[in-house]
Amino acid sequence: MNNSNKTGPIIEARGLVKKYGFKTVLRNLDLTLEKGDFLALFGPNGAGKTTLIRILCSLAYPTSGKVTLAGYDTREEREDLRKIIGVISHHTYLYHHLTAFENLRFYGRMYSVSDLKERIEELLELVGLKLFAHESVHTFSRGMEQRLSVARAIIHDPQILFLDEPFTGLDQHGAEDFMELLQGFRRQGKTVLMTSHDLDRGLDLCTHAAILNAGRLVFQKDRCQVQAEGFRQIYFERTKTSTPGLSVTS
Amino acid sequence: MTFFRQLWAIILKDLLSELRSKEMVISMCLFAFLILIIFNFTFDIAPDSIVGSAPGILWVAFIFSGLMGLGRAFGGERDRGTMPGLLLCPVSGWGIYLAKLIGTFIFMAIMEVFTLSLFSVLYNVSLISHFFPIVLILFLGTLGFAAVGTVFSAMSATTKTRDVLLSILVFPISVPMILASVKATGMVLDGKTLAEAFSWLKILIAFDMLFLLLAYLTFDYILEE
Repeated sequence: MNNSNKTGPIIEARGLVKKYGFKTVLRNLDLTLEKGDFLALFGPNGAGKTTLIRILCSLAYPTSGKVTLAGYDTREEREDLRKIIGVISHHTYLYHHLTAFENLRFYGRMYSVSDLKERIEELLELVGLKLFAHESVHTFSRGMEQRLSVARAIIHDPQILFLDEPFTGLDQHGAEDFMELLQGFRRQGKTVLMTSHDLDRGLDLCTHAAILNAGRLVFQKDRCQVQAEGFRQIYFERTKTSTPGLSVTS
Repeated sequence: MTFFRQLWAIILKDLLSELRSKEMVISMCLFAFLILIIFNFTFDIAPDSIVGSAPGILWVAFIFSGLMGLGRAFGGERDRGTMPGLLLCPVSGWGIYLAKLIGTFIFMAIMEVFTLSLFSVLYNVSLISHFFPIVLILFLGTLGFAAVGTVFSAMSATTKTRDVLLSILVFPISVPMILASVKATGMVLDGKTLAEAFSWLKILIAFDMLFLLLAYLTFDYILEE
């Protein structure tokens, strides 16, 4: 259901500033992504990653600056914009008293998905939960919930996906399964912006890597220009001012 | 049509969740039951003076029990962490408000039917002869209370003192609606016609329309962070 007919960069943020009282979380941040880009955004806790995602997906508004997604203004054209985005967070946004099928049916109806029953079955197959379609979500493991959360986020076939630390709480098997799903998005040419603390997994998936520190983008490059080991060193250099080291005394 | 389908999806989801969890309606009914019992034992109400006390007892039970349901309208979404998922759907704030209002109204109506039946038995008052006027007053009163309460439920859902704040905000503003409902119910139970109670019904209608209009104009802003 790709409803946008506007042209230009698919994600464009200009001069984003976000303040909560006296605290400035984002400082004059510019970001541009083209269709099919997969940006992995790294940064320490409190760098502003989640705030940036909340602003980009129109859950929060910037104090100043402007965001457009596929040409839609996040403030003025919120309802149209929400038809073309999907959000996966470490919060799954699932209703625990409903079954997997009922959760997807609810979100499918909200997005007016046509042939909903077939779409739900297709998605449950994709995320490996077909056998659990009619089980209550509160009986699911964290990994199963996160896979169902992927189905929820893509039920309306969005052009843009925002992933906010999606690996949080997943065990190794869960994380590997989840990686496969994310690689599928990349193959499908979806535009993805993912925040993560996991440098290795993030770099494995992305086409662009960036580092956010204290509300500023302090590094942004194509993945092909970045070596994994070198990136690790850059990450710690560029973020060390905001992450005080542990002092161990004997 | 999309708007009504979305509205129905939210209502159905809330009803289904409540049917499975039984968090809200049972608590509301139990609370109303306790209020009726306490009044029954605390005040030794003579059968001939029950008509004077009945409207007050009934509306105290409705309002205090209803407040428990109001708190859950948006508080439940916040507690479960599902609020952003709902806000990310392509639906207007007014659509979310209306769906939550209808859901709260249904839960309150179930509690009110239970409370009225129990009241009729405990206080030996027959409500059958006043059935339609009582239903009309309950409809208007409950709609007004749910209309105000749903707005404040959304406003207070993000705060730590949600339940206290909700009571403090809702009660003063609901005073005209509570007064009109109690007076109209009293007149109907006293054998007066709806036409005679119409001046109180007009207040209820005006109250309902005012708060529905206010919600329509402001709810998108209320849902913003």
